[in-house]
Amino acid sequence: MRTSIQRYSRQTHSSLLYLLYFLCFMYFPFSASAATPPDATVILLQNATVMTVSHGTIEHGSILIKDGKIAEVGQSIKAPAGAQVIDASGQVVIPGIIDCHSHIAAESINEGSVSVSSMVTMEEVLNPDDIDIYRDLAGGVTSANILHGSANSIGGQTLVIKLRWGQPASKLPFEGAMPGIKFALGENPKRSNFSIPGQPRRYPATRMGVEETIRGAFSEARDYKKAWDDYNKHVAAGEKNLIPPRRDLKLEPLVEVLEGKRYVHSHCYREDEILMLLRVAKEFGFKVRTFQHVLEGYKVADELAAAGVGASTFSDWWAYKVEAYDAIPYNAALMTRRGVIVSINSDSAEEATHLNQEAAKSMKYGGLSHDEALKMVTLNPAIQLGIDKRVGTIDVGKDADLAIYNHDPLSAYAVVQKTLIDGRIYFDREKDIANRADMEKEKKALTEKLKKAEKKPEEKKPEEKKPEEKSKPPAAAPTPTVSNASQGGAL
Amino acid sequence: MNQVRTHRRPLCFLSLFFLCLFGVATGQAQSQPPSVYAITYAKIFTLAGSPIADGTLVIRDGKIAAIGASVEVPAGAQVIDAKGLQVYPGLFDAITQMGLSEISAVSATVDSSETGSYNPDVVAATAVSPSSEHIPVTRAAGITEVLAVPASGGFDSGGGRATLGGQASAIHLAGWTADEMLIKKSAAMVVNFPEIQTQTFDFSTFSRKEKPYTEAKQEYDKQINELSDWMDRARHYAQAMEKGSVSKYDRDLKLEALAPVVRGELPVLVFADHARDIRNAVEFCDKQKLKMILAGGEEAYKVKDLLRSKDVPVILRPMLSLPEEEDDPYDRLLSQPAELAAAGVKIAIASFDNSFARRLGQNAANAVAYGLPYDQALRAVTINPAQILGLGSQIGTLEQGKLANIIVTNGDPLELMTDVKYLFIKGQLTSTENKHHRLYEKYLSRPKAAN
Repeated sequence: MRTSIQRYSRQTHSSLLYLLYFLCFMYFPFSASAATPPDATVILLQNATVMTVSHGTIEHGSILIKDGKIAEVGQSIKAPAGAQVIDASGQVVIPGIIDCHSHIAAESINEGSVSVSSMVTMEEVLNPDDIDIYRDLAGGVTSANILHGSANSIGGQTLVIKLRWGQPASKLPFEGAMPGIKFALGENPKRSNFSIPGQPRRYPATRMGVEETIRGAFSEARDYKKAWDDYNKHVAAGEKNLIPPRRDLKLEPLVEVLEGKRYVHSHCYREDEILMLLRVAKEFGFKVRTFQHVLEGYKVADELAAAGVGASTFSDWWAYKVEAYDAIPYNAALMTRRGVIVSINSDSAEEATHLNQEAAKSMKYGGLSHDEALKMVTLNPAIQLGIDKRVGTIDVGKDADLAIYNHDPLSAYAVVQKTLIDGRIYFDREKDIANRADMEKEKKALTEKLKKAEKKPEEKKPEEKKPEEKSKPPAAAPTPTVSNASQGGAL
Repeated sequence: MNQVRTHRRPLCFLSLFFLCLFGVATGQAQSQPPSVYAITYAKIFTLAGSPIADGTLVIRDGKIAAIGASVEVPAGAQVIDAKGLQVYPGLFDAITQMGLSEISAVSATVDSSETGSYNPDVVAATAVSPSSEHIPVTRAAGITEVLAVPASGGFDSGGGRATLGGQASAIHLAGWTADEMLIKKSAAMVVNFPEIQTQTFDFSTFSRKEKPYTEAKQEYDKQINELSDWMDRARHYAQAMEKGSVSKYDRDLKLEALAPVVRGELPVLVFADHARDIRNAVEFCDKQKLKMILAGGEEAYKVKDLLRSKDVPVILRPMLSLPEEEDDPYDRLLSQPAELAAAGVKIAIASFDNSFARRLGQNAANAVAYGLPYDQALRAVTINPAQILGLGSQIGTLEQGKLANIIVTNGDPLELMTDVKYLFIKGQLTSTENKHHRLYEKYLSRPKAAN
């Protein structure tokens, strides 16, 4: 019952979805896995190999968690009275994985009708019921940068979330994390690979036009900022009866960028467009926080390092379009060696489930150390998102966001056993497996209900149906939302 | 250690070393490549018996001439001292668009899918570009041969999904020409099995369309009737050919291409994922007496007993995929290989891709992480695909007389960090140098930019 397009969306890694990125959001009561884990204020994790990322690996180590924070890290910590003790013998604990480029938990991705869509925001379309939140949790991911799509030179506003599965949308945002905005350069904003029959091409259609669009928007934003600065100055001077400038929701976030209150995360591929945005940023006096994908970043690594901009890239994607033809799996290592802070991101709910493996590839391609590789999905994305004081390493005082594996996570044989956020177990493989029978039962019961409900109209007009058709779970019944990402592409 | 040297001719050590690092696929211009190699002091995983802890493998004229713990190094052999290294059969990626697609978004570089619904007479090997940059990149991941599959879906398909997609070609990932690359020009007939589709996607409006079941079923029945009709006509055509009476009729290239299919000689590579579609496909092939290979098989676990009883092997999509249904277990596809193997279904694992072919080993390793015994995972990317495609006597294990498609690695070939140190295709030491490594070297040596 699935179109071939749906098939693409499921095999994200094998059929890169820059053309069609379907997110089908369907509601289904996940009573088992969505249940809020019991609140244990004190947890002691024992006998684990603790890869702190900041200060080496502790064999047979322990982590004491109090009120969601890491209270103590060491070799032997005594369990305080009343603490929940988790024995992690033979297991490996790392800081929770941070995905610097994600499109999960969102009802829509691209407002592709205009090339400056800074007025829209991902926060307004957060979907806490997106099953991909849970699937990525099961891959050890605890925080993710939820980005707008790449159809626009200047895209929508972005935010960092924690993958608090089972909590309402209001509880997903990472408290205090700097908000961001998506920019995009190259083939996607110039719409080279997309056209909708009967519709004229949208400006810009070249890399020249992309630059011009960004410069134009920031010229306006500068004027807008000046108008408000002048107004505020006069108000501060005590002048009365002033008319404030008209509020502009498109320019407001760009003023925040100029004032350093909003991070720029810019999608890009080619070396020339990377340098272009650095020039524009210099001209208007703002900073680019991260370049996303930045698959030719290795060609201009010195320039990236000098600009102090982070690079968030793929492990080994290439050749799905012209601007990805010079993409190489050595990118992360080459940029790291030249002093760039590098992270490996997913851009795909599927890829996010094994970011640990993707980080490991930087050891094979370019010879990074185990620690450097692990940083690519923990500390480095935390730095890039400005949340490194809270997460990214296993240190006293940080949030107890942890991923526990049965094996060194930089291996294709490692499987996540538990994922903790704020000291709460949000994913537990054992429990997931144990709950499956109940889930199956619940599904059957719901299906039966649905069958009964459907029978009435069918009595009047009996119809030959295959049994399987009838046993479709209610999850598949509502028409799924077709994400606007399909028009703009996420990568 | 790990060095290449020539028995009695130390001079050649350098040239061979050079060839290994920088050489081209099949040797230096105007010089005949050596025909005899000996890989010595290696741990050899033959996949046809227990590993040989400290063995020698001799290659002569493209084939494995000898293998064992006490094999003599022939005089004049190029010797590769593989002490500390491991030897395996090269990996076989059984579904790819290799050579058929270069940059998937640029249609001019994509030859993987013809238009039209019934193209049994198109052959993948015809369009395989030996100069594709994908070939050396894929080779560097230890993959020595692939099946180039037309109309195989995925991102490189160009959108076309012909019901009869054409003939898949088994190719070596080395050769100066496509002919030199050939293992078997026509290894399988691609069938994209019709599905009962109640949901379709309309590109002109960019929206999903719902269709009543009865309407979808009618369309499906029509497609099945057409497909049956093709098979019936092919059977008559084949009978006419046997009786020598074909000259009385016009030659029909499509029916001619289908003749080995209806005779049960050429397997059909049937793409289907849903349990219902798989059941329908098995029933169809059974009725038509076709030799079926299932490709895709995301819900194969639901029909594992049927597959086992009908002896239908499965070439599985990457395990690193999200489950079909929202309420499927999150690891549904990761644990499927273990489940199928335990049920006695023969499985191969494939990339179904081009630029992601190098994740083949990673996928197989993930299947192990979720329960597939390691040796079966290794077989799923070596001998199983070879056997499924009827090439089991030629490649897939390290046995005397087989084609010498061999990798020498510094570890487990499925694991992420493992490097392929030496690679042989058709008995030739073949470079693992590629576009990615060249760019790496180039930009590694970029002088520090003046800022």
